Amino acid sequence: MAAVEGWLRRAWTHDLAWSFRHSPVAVCAALLTLACVGGAVFAPWIAPQNPFDSATLNLTDGFTPPAWNAGGSTRYLLGTDDQGRDILSTILYGARISLGVGLAAVLFSALLGVSLGLLSGYLGGRLDAFIMRVADIQLSFPAILIALLIDGVARVALPRELHDQLAVYVLVLAIGVSGWVQYARTVRGSTLVEKGKEYVQAARVIGRHPLAIMLRHVLPNVTGPVLVIATIHIATAIITEATLSFLGVGVPPTQPSLGTLVRIGNDFLISGEWWITVFPGLALVVLVLSVNLLGDWLRDALNPKLR
Amino acid sequence: MKPRHLLAAALIAVCTTSHAATLKWGAQNDILTLDPHSQNHATTNGIMQHTYEGLVRYDRNFAVEPCLATSWELISPTHYRFKLRRGVKFHDGSPFTADDVVFSYHRILQPQGTLQIYVAGVTEMKKIDEHTVDMILSGPSPILLRNLVDFRIMSRGWAAKHKSENVQNYVAKEESYASRNTNGTGPYLVKLWEPDKRLVMQANPDWWGKLDGNVTEVIYTPIKANATRIAALLSGDVDIVTDLPTQDVARLRQDPKLKVLDGHEVRTIFIGMDQHSDELLYANVKGKNPFKDIRVRKALNIAVDREAIKRVTMRGLSIPAAIMIAPGVHGHSPAIDKVAPADAAGAKKLLAEAGYPSGFEFSLDCPNNRYVNDEEICQALVGMWARIGLKAKLNAQPMATFIQKIQKFDHDAYMLGWGVATFDGLYTLQSLVRTKTTGADGSFNLGRISDARLDALIDALKIETDVARRDAILREALLMTRDNYYYVPLHHQLRPWAMKKNVSTVHKADDRPESRFARVD
Repeated sequence: MAAVEGWLRRAWTHDLAWSFRHSPVAVCAALLTLACVGGAVFAPWIAPQNPFDSATLNLTDGFTPPAWNAGGSTRYLLGTDDQGRDILSTILYGARISLGVGLAAVLFSALLGVSLGLLSGYLGGRLDAFIMRVADIQLSFPAILIALLIDGVARVALPRELHDQLAVYVLVLAIGVSGWVQYARTVRGSTLVEKGKEYVQAARVIGRHPLAIMLRHVLPNVTGPVLVIATIHIATAIITEATLSFLGVGVPPTQPSLGTLVRIGNDFLISGEWWITVFPGLALVVLVLSVNLLGDWLRDALNPKLR
Repeated sequence: MKPRHLLAAALIAVCTTSHAATLKWGAQNDILTLDPHSQNHATTNGIMQHTYEGLVRYDRNFAVEPCLATSWELISPTHYRFKLRRGVKFHDGSPFTADDVVFSYHRILQPQGTLQIYVAGVTEMKKIDEHTVDMILSGPSPILLRNLVDFRIMSRGWAAKHKSENVQNYVAKEESYASRNTNGTGPYLVKLWEPDKRLVMQANPDWWGKLDGNVTEVIYTPIKANATRIAALLSGDVDIVTDLPTQDVARLRQDPKLKVLDGHEVRTIFIGMDQHSDELLYANVKGKNPFKDIRVRKALNIAVDREAIKRVTMRGLSIPAAIMIAPGVHGHSPAIDKVAPADAAGAKKLLAEAGYPSGFEFSLDCPNNRYVNDEEICQALVGMWARIGLKAKLNAQPMATFIQKIQKFDHDAYMLGWGVATFDGLYTLQSLVRTKTTGADGSFNLGRISDARLDALIDALKIETDVARRDAILREALLMTRDNYYYVPLHHQLRPWAMKKNVSTVHKADDRPESRFARVD
């Protein structure tokens, strides 16, 4: 008990926590993010309807407007789409896919980027030159183009049935691969700095394996910037996923993400059923904005020059 | 004439003079090919009728009228003689003769094409002289002339010169000169075709006929996305739009700058089921095919709430269907096309009786860019069937992939729409219900239904010339198809077209606008 209390006390008085408490924007963003993540994680328990269970859908309820509009019903707070799916439920379930894909892609990106950056910075030489030239080449393409390319190749290479099953993983791979360069560059730079420091030289002198030095000594000292990049990258990854799904090359329509929902709703914009596209779009904006604000705050808080 | 009258007359003359006009036409899909004998595809046929002509054609009211043939006579019930129009020139200037008709007949019959049905029953085409051909039929054919409308004539010399005597093999992704260029006798010449971008046609100055309207140039633009297509009309980028998204029709009707031309299409949307394989390919029922059981087929049928589809998915733009042909097709009558209300409980009971109390799983193939709201309808069906315990795995795909897949029988159940080019019920029965052979019989009987009694009725229909007797057989065959639940008919499509106020044209139930009827003022 005392240990927990002590830990909490230390956390509360930590620099980061202090800066968090004194930044209303960060608190708001954190609360919003928490709400989004909570909604997504607990969707099966809090959503009024499971929009993917065809047996619960009622076509005759299709195109119900939001509850506060004429013809709306409190059963469907944000209205329904063309198949009678509750928009609120589809948003909660859609956010699940969006967040899941975004987080997984960032993890994958970070893993790939940090490994390559460490190797590149620590080992140097030809490997370094090779990795950094690949990174340069990749940086000359927009990330979305790389993701589209990988998705397109997978679409051709995999049989249709298999592709539908693997679509989410392909998407994670595509977005992940399109984002590793930032991590690799940052980590490489920090590694180059750390490499020359005495503790690394000492570790080398006592004969530790290079891999152990990289992982046990260098890595912990270069993770700060990685954390900042990763937070901001989550927002970018969610946007990339939404863009791909909006273009119809992302997740299959049977497991719609927020981007897919916006695309489906787009068809009904001219005819006046605005809620089908606007609410998923708003949810996307809130999610990405709050994650972005959090990332910004983290960057400032961790940057000693800005203190 | 007094000066005042002269002035009035001059004014009227000025007002009614046709100005050459361009018609910008936006639609959902592009054509598949320019080869008129390759693909029996409604969009493609709709463009082809502008540039290639047949021996006969439809007038505004779908009555058959002379086209490249000026007259015909029956020498015997199975022997027709056609007199061909003189002085007709192909777009390249070569004269049209009987040789071209005979050549086109042999060309359309080549197995890699899909338009053989338009010469079904014709066993021989003989040239008598330069402007006379004889057609020998396998039996009397009451609907021969209607069939021939879509049998288009290509120049023999031109095809030979460009090595295009063979029909393009579309499925094998072949291209030929004739699949990229045209040379017909029709009112318009294809100037340019950039696939998926635009197709430009110009009036044929040497056409034998006379345009009813004033359209001398047609720019056809395929615009896939519904919202974009409507936006193009609202912003004035196109003059007329076909393939209207159902959700936008109400709004277009209220727009003061636009008008909506209503009309139905002779097309019925339905679900077909594999009733031939001993085991379904993707179902979780092993060792037997549940669709062979009439109770299962009936359950699928009565579980569908066609009124809900009409009201929500189609926004009123459909006629719920009980039979496989639409109003306007010979053989249709409201009495046999009455839809019973959906009955989920009854369907569940039928499934239990058939031995599937907890239902089963199967795949449903569906196009997603061909029929009005095709994918949405399939999604709705998945829901309706889920409520009786049937789990349909929806596989929605573009028409091009879809049609190749289902023609290989690689499906459990599929959605298709059948338009009736001949306006006679036989066309549907012969294509969809008659036991499959290599020719026109059962050409799209993709569930491989085979019912000897129906086959006998359909074969009788082909040759019965007594109208009353034929109508009775037609009715019996339609009822037998309905009551055996060989298909799940969903609805007949309504197909309004939207256009600017200054455009007028004739709505056609085959959903193919003909620019020769159009006016832009």
